[in-house]
Amino acid sequence: MAKIVVTPGMFSGVEAKVNWKTPIVTGAFSLLIIFAFGLFGKSGDVTFQISRTKDAWFVPNVIVSSAGFSLTLGLLMLAISGVSVWLTFKNSKTPVWLVLIYGLLGAVALLAWLAAGGVVPTAFILGQAIALAVPIILGALGGVMSERVGVVNIAIEGQLLTGAFMASVVGSLTHNLWIGLLVAMLTAALLSMALASLAVKYLVDQIIIGVLINALVIGITNFLYSEWLAGSGDTANFPGTFPIVKIPFLSEIPVIGPALFETRATVYLTFVLVPMVWFLLFRTKLGLRARSVGEHPMAADTVGINVARTRFWWVTSGGAIAGLGGAALTIGNVGAFGREMSGGLGFIALAVVILGRWQPFYVAASALLFGFAIILRIWANQVSPGIPTDFITMIPYLVTLVAVAGFAGKVRAPAASGQPYIKG
Amino acid sequence: MSNPISKEVTETKSESLLREIMSGTPLRIALSAVLAFMVGAIFMAAFNQDVVDSYATFGSDPMYTLQTAWDTIVNGYTSLITGSIFNPNGGDAVSMFRPITETLRLGAPLILAGLGISLGFRVGLFNVGGTGQILMSLLGVTWVSTRLSMPFGIHLIVALLVGVALAAAWGGLVGLLKARTGAHEVIVTIMLNYVALYLYTWFLRQPNLLLEHGGGGTPKSDPPAVTAQLPGILGPSFNLHIGILIAFAAVVVYWWLMERSTIGFRFKMVGSNFHAAKAAGINIERTYIWALAVSAAFVGLAGVNQGLGQSGGLTASINGNIGFDAITVALLGGSRARGVLIAGLLFGAFKAGGPSMQLVGVSPEILGVVQALLVLFVAAPPLVRAIFRLPKKEVK
Repeated sequence: MAKIVVTPGMFSGVEAKVNWKTPIVTGAFSLLIIFAFGLFGKSGDVTFQISRTKDAWFVPNVIVSSAGFSLTLGLLMLAISGVSVWLTFKNSKTPVWLVLIYGLLGAVALLAWLAAGGVVPTAFILGQAIALAVPIILGALGGVMSERVGVVNIAIEGQLLTGAFMASVVGSLTHNLWIGLLVAMLTAALLSMALASLAVKYLVDQIIIGVLINALVIGITNFLYSEWLAGSGDTANFPGTFPIVKIPFLSEIPVIGPALFETRATVYLTFVLVPMVWFLLFRTKLGLRARSVGEHPMAADTVGINVARTRFWWVTSGGAIAGLGGAALTIGNVGAFGREMSGGLGFIALAVVILGRWQPFYVAASALLFGFAIILRIWANQVSPGIPTDFITMIPYLVTLVAVAGFAGKVRAPAASGQPYIKG
Repeated sequence: MSNPISKEVTETKSESLLREIMSGTPLRIALSAVLAFMVGAIFMAAFNQDVVDSYATFGSDPMYTLQTAWDTIVNGYTSLITGSIFNPNGGDAVSMFRPITETLRLGAPLILAGLGISLGFRVGLFNVGGTGQILMSLLGVTWVSTRLSMPFGIHLIVALLVGVALAAAWGGLVGLLKARTGAHEVIVTIMLNYVALYLYTWFLRQPNLLLEHGGGGTPKSDPPAVTAQLPGILGPSFNLHIGILIAFAAVVVYWWLMERSTIGFRFKMVGSNFHAAKAAGINIERTYIWALAVSAAFVGLAGVNQGLGQSGGLTASINGNIGFDAITVALLGGSRARGVLIAGLLFGAFKAGGPSMQLVGVSPEILGVVQALLVLFVAAPPLVRAIFRLPKKEVK
């Protein structure tokens, strides 16, 4: 019997030929960093703050020359694009983790360039980036759960806003943040249920429903905010926040300690939920069924999986997670609810779902990219005014655009995403 | 799903007549409107401060609470009408007729952008990038109207053309990405919205590009030159300007384009049956690029209206969320020229009536709820049928 040779793309129908976008794009960015931040970079030293002075394990600050350090990082990044060229010659894809390392190096180079002559509060920036990324991660996890079963969820923005509103209001009225959190998740899940039943049962266009749910939630929360919360803010919109919980020992680790293990309940919940959703999707029977519904509903139906019910419950539970993300905005961060406070994070989450290729861990990493960009914009304004922060803020959106247009091989959505299934 | 044939057999004549009426669009829209305004009324009454205060005496005097609630609803919707159509208590003619002119003024950008989004829908494309296209249009408009000096008339035309061209290019880029790489236009347009926002803000920050003279940290431009502003059409006592005439003209152009022209036929063919269009030899890629460029051009006109229809300095927030409102306009208007015109004017009236609702103590934000619900009911026929237990449309 002839030996069957398995080639990449053989089973998926995706072009087997790997394209040259990854090496070209990464190479171009490496050169940009080598020249702009390295060779023609700023003079002066930059101090990376590693430990806080009170930490048990004190690691001295790292002081390097801004230009030299950036040059080194740029060369490392060029090496990665070299590896990518080599891999493409061998007709295999550049692994995502390599692209992530590449991105991390680029981010550090950007920090070194921005803070030339100053100090980089490493732990602070990482911690803030994570805190800002949490609502995006949770919203995107909800998006992943719904797109994996074949329902496009544009309503993440509305679910975040609902969660933020309910968490603050119920938390204030009951004086119990955990009840607020629970109600936020339930309400957002109900909203998702509306999306699911309209999309699955009534076969209304999923994108249209999503856009309208967003408009509806913005309308309702705006109305309730100006008619009710603005007048009685001290009783209905003053929930306080979850306390910062310090995990002994772990929080003493330099840099990642304060960023990861000295934070609020909502952030810890996120740390748990990301691997949980991943495990559920890729390591359980339930997840396999869900994915099969998203890829090929008719095949799933044929083997006896109830497509409509699977879609309904996955979209609904995804909504609950997005609601938690909304709660993270209020009781997990600033406390009180503000008008339209989700401010487009739901749309960022939508981008993150694609950038993270519908995979919870990559989704979390992509959300961090956005969190990093947001905090960098705020911080860069302080350390070196005059930097075009608008362009820094633009980077994640451009990266998403490049990703959607085919960066790092073809980004492939669940095949049946956005398509209603009519049982024949 | 039940067997349609057996249903037909058991159906009596009166039932089929009922079905004919009930599944018709006008009745459905009317019912949707009733439902949306009713939900709005419930919200209005339930959270009004006077009503909330009367809850305390609800046990002893329930009629008082109900009366207060009823008054709130009546006052709210009455002031919406007097604020947007005709104000009988205005005193002089100007005050009496100003409301309807405000509706026209505020409806114009919604009509223009709504036409753009509608065009996308007809080609099977969901253009969520209205915000970005308006911002790109504003970028061009701001530059021409604050940095160049030209004679009256020509200045306006040049600003309009540059704004529309930039918006069309921004939309065409979406079409190009979709045609060449298969990227989904919804994601691409959402990303480009943000890119346009930060690009415009950056331009507004640069003293040698768009920042106002003597301006500081806030990204804001000079007011547009008088020669470039859209001239008023009813004299100085009204704010109405020729933006509404541009909108009316655009409605006619849209109608001609979609119902009479060859290119419109091609657009609709791709939208209604992609495979048939391809088999008939229509270049799908080129149609996508053109459709999104033309769609964005209409949206760009809304940007021109926003930038030049007023005399203050320009900021990014002047886009006024019209890019997203336009989606509701297009959905409510069924993507037809006449429907968009009516829907645009309706939501324009919502915007015009807001301030007078505020005056009687009702938050105009409620209109956002009504607007979203109305479109949700209209866009989701099964939902309204389920609520009113209307018979289902014939299954093909």
